[in-house]
Amino acid sequence: MPSLVERLRSIVGDEACLARAEELFVYECDGLTLDPVRPSAVVLPRDTEQVASVVRACREFGQPFVPRGAGTGLSGGAHPTPGAVIVECSRMDRILEVDAGNRIARVQPGVVNADLSVAVATHGLFYAPDPSSQMACTIGGNVAENAGGPHTLKYGTTTNHVLALELVLPDGAVSRLGSATGFAPGYDLVGAVVGSEGTLGIVTEVTVRLTPIPEGVETLLGIFPDVVSACRAVGRVIRSGLVPAALEILDQRTIRAVEDSVYAAGLPRDAGAVLVAELDGAACALPAQVEKVRAIIGEEGASEVRVARDEQERALFWKARKGAFGAMGRLAPDLYVHDAVVPRAVLPEILATVCEIGDRHGVTLSNVFHAGDGNLHPNISFDRRDPDELRRVIAAGTEILEACVRVGGVITGEHGIGTEKRDFIGLVFNEADLDAMKRVRDAFNPDGVCNPGKIFPTTRFCVESNPKARGYDRVPLA
Amino acid sequence: MAEPVTGLPSQVYTRSLACVHCGLCLSACPTYRVTGRETSSPRGRIYLMRGVAEGRIELGELLAEEAYLCLGCRACETACPSGVEFGAMLEETRAAVDEAGLRGGLQPRLERMILRQVVPHRRRLRLLIGLLALAQRTRIDRVASLLLPRSLRALLPEIPARADRRQPPERIPAEGEQRGRVAFLTGCVMPEIFGSVNAATLRVLSRNGFEVVVPRDQTCCGALQAHAGDLDFARGLARRNAAVFEAAGVDAIVVNSAGCGAAMRSAEHWIPGEGASYAGKVRDVCELLDEVGLRPLTHSIQGRLCYDDPCHLIHGQGVSAAPRRLLEQIDGIELVPHADASSCCGAAGTYNLTHREMSQQVLERKMDALAAADPDLIATGNPGCLMQLRAGVRLRGMRARVVHPVELLDQAYQNPHG
Ligand SMILES: Cc1cc2nc3c(=O)[nH]c(=O)nc-3n(C[C@H](O)[C@H](O)[C@H](O)COP(=O)(O)OP(=O)(O)OC[C@H]3O[C@@H](n4cnc5c(N)ncnc54)[C@H](O)[C@@H]3O)c2cc1C
Ligand code: SF4
Ligand code: SF4
Repeated sequence: MPSLVERLRSIVGDEACLARAEELFVYECDGLTLDPVRPSAVVLPRDTEQVASVVRACREFGQPFVPRGAGTGLSGGAHPTPGAVIVECSRMDRILEVDAGNRIARVQPGVVNADLSVAVATHGLFYAPDPSSQMACTIGGNVAENAGGPHTLKYGTTTNHVLALELVLPDGAVSRLGSATGFAPGYDLVGAVVGSEGTLGIVTEVTVRLTPIPEGVETLLGIFPDVVSACRAVGRVIRSGLVPAALEILDQRTIRAVEDSVYAAGLPRDAGAVLVAELDGAACALPAQVEKVRAIIGEEGASEVRVARDEQERALFWKARKGAFGAMGRLAPDLYVHDAVVPRAVLPEILATVCEIGDRHGVTLSNVFHAGDGNLHPNISFDRRDPDELRRVIAAGTEILEACVRVGGVITGEHGIGTEKRDFIGLVFNEADLDAMKRVRDAFNPDGVCNPGKIFPTTRFCVESNPKARGYDRVPLA
Repeated sequence: MAEPVTGLPSQVYTRSLACVHCGLCLSACPTYRVTGRETSSPRGRIYLMRGVAEGRIELGELLAEEAYLCLGCRACETACPSGVEFGAMLEETRAAVDEAGLRGGLQPRLERMILRQVVPHRRRLRLLIGLLALAQRTRIDRVASLLLPRSLRALLPEIPARADRRQPPERIPAEGEQRGRVAFLTGCVMPEIFGSVNAATLRVLSRNGFEVVVPRDQTCCGALQAHAGDLDFARGLARRNAAVFEAAGVDAIVVNSAGCGAAMRSAEHWIPGEGASYAGKVRDVCELLDEVGLRPLTHSIQGRLCYDDPCHLIHGQGVSAAPRRLLEQIDGIELVPHADASSCCGAAGTYNLTHREMSQQVLERKMDALAAADPDLIATGNPGCLMQLRAGVRLRGMRARVVHPVELLDQAYQNPHG
């Protein structure tokens, strides 16, 4: 009897199945470098048929499988479990159809988010969800994580833009969910799959809604003495009844890291915080809105307000915002990107708490976040080779999540639960809630072979504070 | 903190720590776009390097393959917000791979022999090229092909007539009011195959008020050797050039080949300390002209023009707006954008023969974008790219003429064709 790898090769071809030890090493993690686990093989299918055959082969051999896009996920969603086969969707990167009249596109899951917007720009359209990783992450990964982005404030997250899906179910059957019209009778199964972190099946085709490029865009930059006053300004802009396209805040550490990177946008290095506010819509309506925002920002203590003069300057502001995570790579070898959501009104207090927690644990913490959505990203820069620092990083992260939940927040806004937060899910859901969710998963994926080990807690006790359990004992230390 | 454990030089390890594994570089990488494999992406390659340095895997087959499948285009550096110095890591890794004997076969040794013994020696290179030209003219180049390693043939497509391969004078005076005194790097391959580009460069510099000196004892910049894993030899060449050009006592060292310019700027990390002043004086010819402002052009050239960024100019030296600004000043030229102008064409030194298939696939993407823009002219400032794009244009049966930007400037000053 042939081995699983031989079988996989017969489906996708020799060159599209990786199984050498060093190749598997590279696939041991995604954007989250904690908890690395090596898969037993990686396949790169080209179409739905191949995905379905791969799934059936894995099932026959009793091996679990894990879908993967670009591996930019930050919660370990694409991490394998021991022995799992990674189904890498990067070669399924064709835009199958653009229907400008109906403002929809049908794409394979491996299409890169930013490429889709570029491809439909000639029709005056764009794909609205714009995660900061959009130049690399895939539509399939976005669907699985219900990705958001700076413009989520006005346009909503991925779930608001997915109309229909083709899904290879964990038994190898191919099913089509939803409708390109946006009106599907019966249960909203598309809604169930979006945000399911690859645990309900492998998405092989996505029909998305396209959005007309707004006639006018204005981007403002408010320079604040501290992050708390910037948060107050955000609260007031929203209460004023405006619907900005984005409201983003960078704190001082982030500003400095960005200014040291290729994404430098000329932000003042001594500013306490920078607020990026964007307004879009009918060109004639914008000047009044810009004035209103400018006034509010000024009243809340901004020392300076800049309005992007042209598209080039606007792009520069956004590059600074979107390159912020990477720029933090300059602060230390590793970066832990946290993700939590709080009610907007408590932003000023929670930020003070977050900074206090960071200071108390002696970690390097910087904040860059979707302020308009109350979606925090406290980022901790660290060196994973220092076990004591690592312990403090994990302890601080845990406290931050607990603090956010205490003020009525949740433990993730857009990065998902994955392996990273599965043992924290109890903070927001009780046994009965989790049971209900498990039953949904079981309806699609009854024996858990599709992306096992994600979302649901695996242990009764908390392994988070134990570096050994996170795989760090395998890294040589000084 | 922990020092590297095994297999790779310590700088590679230190540099690898700047990578936070965010993946933002993936879509910028031509070999990832073609293969979809994490292993063939910048992040994957860095992960392998760090894995070896930390002793988690061995310096083995895969890193050896990937170190050479990588085009060295450095598009990942432009994309990386974390400032990872991938180009330097790649050179150091290639050297370690070669030292460990992981690049087997006859070809690497032949390649190294030619890159050491022939390319930096003007007479030997001329002799070889003369033979090749003769072979081409007498149409026995098929026989010659059998005798020559494939990588060398890639460097030498159509050899121009001897008149175009003449050595430039040692000093060219400035026209009009003098704006500076510069030295010129002739390059090793450039004078033999693109002698006319060198001549155009010198005329344009002089026209723009630069006195140009062409030091006789300059040597090859070391780019080809460093890219082929022979970093030690490249360091030696850089030392010699640093001395020669320092002695020339000029304001700037002008280069018209992007690959050479990027390598000369790398002298800073090749020969730490010694190389800084030499590297700091290097200017691409377009960069310099843009900086000082072009003297008025006198003739027009009609046509749609696509400017294609050489990787080692945009990613290696951060120069991309300057050539466009210069070309836009030519009356009659319509600069038309094409998709992915900043992505690699697949030439990458000797890559187009060592990795024929990948090179072809990368070129295909480039030619698709260029064909869609349908230009009369394509401009790019690097000999390898000129050859590769010319080959692409020929294969596609496109009408576009592929030229170096300074050739167009030169034409717009004297318009020999109009
Ligand atoms: C610098 C940086 C900035 C980021 N900014 C944002 C942001 O602003 N907003 C945001 O929401 N996220 C952000 N992220 C997180 C990440 O980019 C998103 O979660 C993204 O959606 C992941 O896409 P991917 O293609 O990389 O998927 P992967 O990381 O490969 O996978 C993510 C999950 O999707 C599943 N999956 C992948 N493909 C499929 C498929 N075809 N079918 C079923 N399941 C699949 C995987 O199993 C996994 O669970 C950021 C990440 C980085 C590194
Ligand atoms: S963009 Fe830079 S930091 Fe991010 S993965 Fe690539 S090399 Fe590493
Ligand atoms: S140098 Fe070019 S080919 Fe090599 S990893 Fe970077 S982007 Fe990819």
